[in-house]
Amino acid sequence: MTKADIISEVFDRVGLPKQDAEELVEMILDTIKQALKQGETVKLSGFGNFVVRKKNSRKGRNPKTGQEIEITPRSVVSFRPSMIFKDHVLSSATTTE
Amino acid sequence: MTKAELVDQIAEKKPGLTRKEVENIVSTVLDSIKAALAREDKVEIRGFGSFRIRYRRAKDGRNPKTGETVSVPPKKVPFFKAGKEMKEMVDGKG
Repeated sequence: MTKADIISEVFDRVGLPKQDAEELVEMILDTIKQALKQGETVKLSGFGNFVVRKKNSRKGRNPKTGQEIEITPRSVVSFRPSMIFKDHVLSSATTTE
Repeated sequence: MTKAELVDQIAEKKPGLTRKEVENIVSTVLDSIKAALAREDKVEIRGFGSFRIRYRRAKDGRNPKTGETVSVPPKKVPFFKAGKEMKEMVDGKG
């Protein structure tokens, strides 16, 4: 599934004109990104939380050359799915293996 | 930021839509992602990131209280990986 499919879903289910559906989906994604850019946690009930985590600098190795390098400190996004989301995925009809 | 705040921010920018309508759209977007993962599909949103299922093997666990061994069944959990643009933005490069 891609963004285009999400837009189609909004178009089908909400009945918004295609162009508006597209604009709205973009706005939703952008608003979430902007909040994360500010280091803010985004809590979407029933879905999950996007959290910005600060990572300290650590040592890494270039797997090709074996040379040791310093991995700079950085901020990364992690997503913690809500219980509802996890249950939804677990209880779905499709079976694993 | 909460879902309510997300809805408010968008409703403010789109005076043509009611708050209720915006809420409905936000829920539709989130529900469609959940539904895709429930049918073991993956969702790829360029510039944002991708959602997919990660499979966890069955393993032997232990009840921490009693020390008793219990078998933990295989699991599927939702997993998000930030896209390039998202990573750079959050790390202050975007």
